Amino acid sequence: MNLQAVRAIYCFEMARAGRTLLQSLVSPVISTSLYFVVFGAAIGSRIQEVEGVSYGAFIVPGLIMLMLLTQSVSNASFGIFFPKFTGTIYEVMSAPISYFEIVLGYVGAAASKSAVLGLVILGTANFFVDLHILHPFMMLLFLVLTAITFSLLGFIIGIWADSFEKLQLVPLLIITPLTFLGGSFYSIDMLPEVWQAVTLANPVVYLVSGFRWSFYGISDVSVTASLIMVFVFLAVSLAVVNWIFRTGYRLRP
Amino acid sequence: MSHPTATASSPAAASSAPAAEPAPVIEITGLSKRYDSGFEALKQIDLEIRRGEIFALLGPNGAGKTTLISIICGLVNASTGQVKVDGHDNVSAYRAARAKIGLVPQELTSDAFETVWNTVRFSRGLFGRKPDDAHIERVLKSLSLWDKRKNKLITLSGGMKRRVLIAKALAHEPEILFLDEPTAGVDVALRRDMWEVVRELRASGVTIILTTHYIEEAEEMADRIGVINRGEIVLVREKQALMRQLGSKQLTLQLQQPLASVPPALAHYPLSLDEGGSVLVYTYDASDPNAQGQVPISTLLNDIEAAGIRFKDLHTKQSSLEEIFVNLVRERQ
Ligand SMILES: Nc1ncnc2c1ncn2[C@@H]1O[C@H](COP(=O)(O)OP(=O)(O)OP(=O)(O)O)[C@@H](O)[C@H]1O
Ligand SMILES: [Mg+2]
Repeated sequence: MNLQAVRAIYCFEMARAGRTLLQSLVSPVISTSLYFVVFGAAIGSRIQEVEGVSYGAFIVPGLIMLMLLTQSVSNASFGIFFPKFTGTIYEVMSAPISYFEIVLGYVGAAASKSAVLGLVILGTANFFVDLHILHPFMMLLFLVLTAITFSLLGFIIGIWADSFEKLQLVPLLIITPLTFLGGSFYSIDMLPEVWQAVTLANPVVYLVSGFRWSFYGISDVSVTASLIMVFVFLAVSLAVVNWIFRTGYRLRP
Repeated sequence: MSHPTATASSPAAASSAPAAEPAPVIEITGLSKRYDSGFEALKQIDLEIRRGEIFALLGPNGAGKTTLISIICGLVNASTGQVKVDGHDNVSAYRAARAKIGLVPQELTSDAFETVWNTVRFSRGLFGRKPDDAHIERVLKSLSLWDKRKNKLITLSGGMKRRVLIAKALAHEPEILFLDEPTAGVDVALRRDMWEVVRELRASGVTIILTTHYIEEAEEMADRIGVINRGEIVLVREKQALMRQLGSKQLTLQLQQPLASVPPALAHYPLSLDEGGSVLVYTYDASDPNAQGQVPISTLLNDIEAAGIRFKDLHTKQSSLEEIFVNLVRERQ
């Protein structure tokens, strides 16, 4: 195992985030605050409690998930797309390091960044609402696993994309709609029955539900289903990454 | 990937490897590359690089130089064939193989917002070496980059960026260094400095493989020269031998009166007329005065005198490597 290399990539990526701290941290915090103002204060004042939790508190886990998913994907996809775009990737590809180590470096850094971001948003939310976390360990588990899984997804997108447009396409067309329709801002019970069934096909629902359960003990689907879903996601992403490196797809002509 | 053994090794490669020789540091057998586009960039390449030599790979644009280097360094997958780096297969034992290699790519690429120091330090880590700031300091100083170490790469000139790429390649103390057109876009004075660095590396035992379009560079630096054209190695030879063997010399006489044809008295000389008969050209092998059918220049001049031909001026010219190269490439097209 070439740990020096993993460390080099990881630190390099983290340093890049350090230089762009403003855009990495401040902007998600600001947008989260805006969500609170709009959804929590404006809409929340008209919605009663959801299953015994105030609406403002109810949306916190969903908001964190929303940020976690989008930031993981964008961090990781950009992290690998950029060296591919500028050509500096040649060095990584010619180094004595395995695929696993490359992924560990890039995805590890992206996941760390978004996990930290998730915690920062949690802290921000604390200013607006009273938070209780029933199962802190499970909360962290969901947070970390989601960060890793979606960073892997971002990594895949970054390798697949051969233009900036494509880099934006998947997050814009798939990730964002799925998260907005994933029960971040509402309980699935609030939907008409037909839509409830449709919604269950949305994998993000399971993530949000499980995460919310770790806060308040309420969930749309069973926690087991949520956990299984997270691991299925993780397994699929890992399989795709494995395939990419085995075939050299878009990396080694 | 399959690893067929070479069926027919090219005469050029064979002639470069006499029997009693230490194991080559790079051994390429039956290497070919067909890109997904269907283009065949390399055709059955067999090549050995000797330990500690400077090997210059010459070839016109699109000949396959970068493709060959990229396969050896692990950037491109070979279609067939095998590469061994110091005995390690570059696919099955890629860690051992790649750890020995430093690569300076042809394209200028850089992390625009990184500093020189950080980017070179990153390279060392990437190759699995423990941090060694003293070594990086030495490398930066030898490439006259020490003063720029805190600069962001985006603030450097093209020639400086090229040297940063060299520093990155040297950061992990490679035993083999690939330089893909290292002096493209580098001014003359700096080019000399870079040659100096390369010579020092060689003196310290590093094997160097460089590609170049500047023939003078190969002429000046290389121990051996390989010419590649349309994906085939057409020649591999010691530089000295190459220049001797192919470097014929010409004696040119500027005549006072144009001739219609070479007089019969001089017919046994390899003479030809040029520029409408006002120039007489004699082609001979300067390296071997006793070559068959060759007489001393003075004898020729006496015979010309005796034939009643008067000349106003004369000069001799040795073909440069460039001409040899151009001829080779043209011949094959
Ligand atoms: N990824 C690729 N896909 C398809 N064809 C390619 C690819 N890379 C290179 N080629 C083709 O392979 C041939 C050899 O290219 P290569 O870059 O090895 O040439 P070169 O000898 O380095 O040329 P130059 O002196 O211009 O650098 C060219 O015809 C090029 O168009
Ligand atoms: Mg090239």
